[in-house]
Amino acid sequence: MATIVDRQNPFKTSLSTKFLWLGLFVYLAYAFTTLDIGWDRFVLGLDQGGRLLDRLFPPNFTRWELLLHDLIESLQIAIIASVAGIFISLFVGLMAARNMMPNVISIPVRVFIALCRTFHPVIIAILFVKAVGFGALAGILTLTVASIGFVAKLFAEAIEEISFKQVEAIRATGAGFISTIVFGVIPQVFSRFIGFSIYQLDSNLRNSTMVGIVGAGGLGGTLFSAFQRFDYDFVTAILLAIIALILVGEALSNLVRRIFQ
Amino acid sequence: MKADAVMTPVSHATESPKWQRFTLGQRSARYMVYLIIVMSFFASLRTVEIIPEFLLDAPEQLADMFRRMWPMDFAAYPTTIHGAMLDTLHIATLGTLLSLILAVPLALMNANNIVKSSLVNWIAKFFLVASRSVNSLIWALLFVAIFGPGVLAGVLAVALRSVGFVGKLFSEALEEVNMGSVEAIRATGASFTSVLIKAYWPQAKPAFFSILLFRWDINVRESAVLGLVGAGGIGVVLNDAMNLFQWPKVAMVLTTIFAVVLLIEFIVVQVRKRLM
Repeated sequence: MATIVDRQNPFKTSLSTKFLWLGLFVYLAYAFTTLDIGWDRFVLGLDQGGRLLDRLFPPNFTRWELLLHDLIESLQIAIIASVAGIFISLFVGLMAARNMMPNVISIPVRVFIALCRTFHPVIIAILFVKAVGFGALAGILTLTVASIGFVAKLFAEAIEEISFKQVEAIRATGAGFISTIVFGVIPQVFSRFIGFSIYQLDSNLRNSTMVGIVGAGGLGGTLFSAFQRFDYDFVTAILLAIIALILVGEALSNLVRRIFQ
Repeated sequence: MKADAVMTPVSHATESPKWQRFTLGQRSARYMVYLIIVMSFFASLRTVEIIPEFLLDAPEQLADMFRRMWPMDFAAYPTTIHGAMLDTLHIATLGTLLSLILAVPLALMNANNIVKSSLVNWIAKFFLVASRSVNSLIWALLFVAIFGPGVLAGVLAVALRSVGFVGKLFSEALEEVNMGSVEAIRATGASFTSVLIKAYWPQAKPAFFSILLFRWDINVRESAVLGLVGAGGIGVVLNDAMNLFQWPKVAMVLTTIFAVVLLIEFIVVQVRKRLM
């Protein structure tokens, strides 16, 4: 007969893991009590949600001219902001790369990039709406700043990872600084740069439909006012337009990605 | 760019081969992309409705705004901002945790090495994409309409937006799992749940926590603005202060958000270092 040996479990959970779980549960209990999220409120909301769904459908496309106008404006904001932001990122990213530039230049530039990244685009949009007034211009500036924060950071990181042998080889031929960049650095990071840029174009397209909520042009403003006027069937129409725009954008960026591999 | 760097044509007299990195088709496809981008850029620039004069006095306006913001309203921090900022952190954390309820099952359904049926994969992918393509502010608008203004709408908005992100990345991590240990555990006659817990989970665990932390970091940033549409947290305070033109208070709110975001990023970097 086989005897059952009472071995110790070799994978016992450590004490710190147990404390982590305990802490998590204590936090959850605390958060639920402070936030006043009740079950009855949730149930009440579900009832409300049913009524909302009822009013959301069918979508109302009677004001399609306004919808189309805003859709085009969103598209324009996304395209201009992406091209401008990516173009600026080329230089900013190069200046932020620690292996290409002395600390005197790279540190302030890195701080600038970090500043661009910390704030959510909507907060940047609020500041630009104050500075340049309502409309597409505020949206363009906002998304340009957001693009710099993302593309320049990743571009700088890509440049920092390059092999320096090619750069030295180009330098050894007596090439100047610009030739070194163009023939030694850019070819090594070009395909990754294209990748970041496509990603950013995609995310600018998404964000351009949102910055309008604070008045920076595009579909967001119309969406927000439709919500405030309880125009829920028009809301559905706008949401469908946004989803269509994003799906088309995704398909196009996949195509471009395939062309550049 | 890379293409024309090596494209120098060589005269036929020397008869040396002409080296090209890309075929003619590839090159023309690339130039088409460049051309379309440049054309759409200029087309947008010509038709977009902007008033150039507004751009000219932008520096003046910005300077004016910063002058109004200074000195910051430090007195507002203990009375309103502190509590609202805590609410924002709660929204982000609860939203991230709540998203797991939907994200984990969808990730399992989406991973084609766990569920073999391509129909199920496709259904899961549809929900993940739908969750991702709607911005969290728009989710918040919907939930404010359903549950009324407040923290609950914010938590649900953050959760539903996170489902797509966490689910997609987690299912990618699951698909990268080494199938050897999965087969070994299956060969012992283990049930589906045991295979999940003992074969998939230990391999996907580091990625899972790393994804969750990453999303939490993003959610803190996003939940700071959800209040602009009434979904609770610091955004409500920001919105009120702006509507009342209380610029010193706006500056204090922005500084608080900045500090918290930096702190969160620091924590995430530290925790990730321990995890890896």
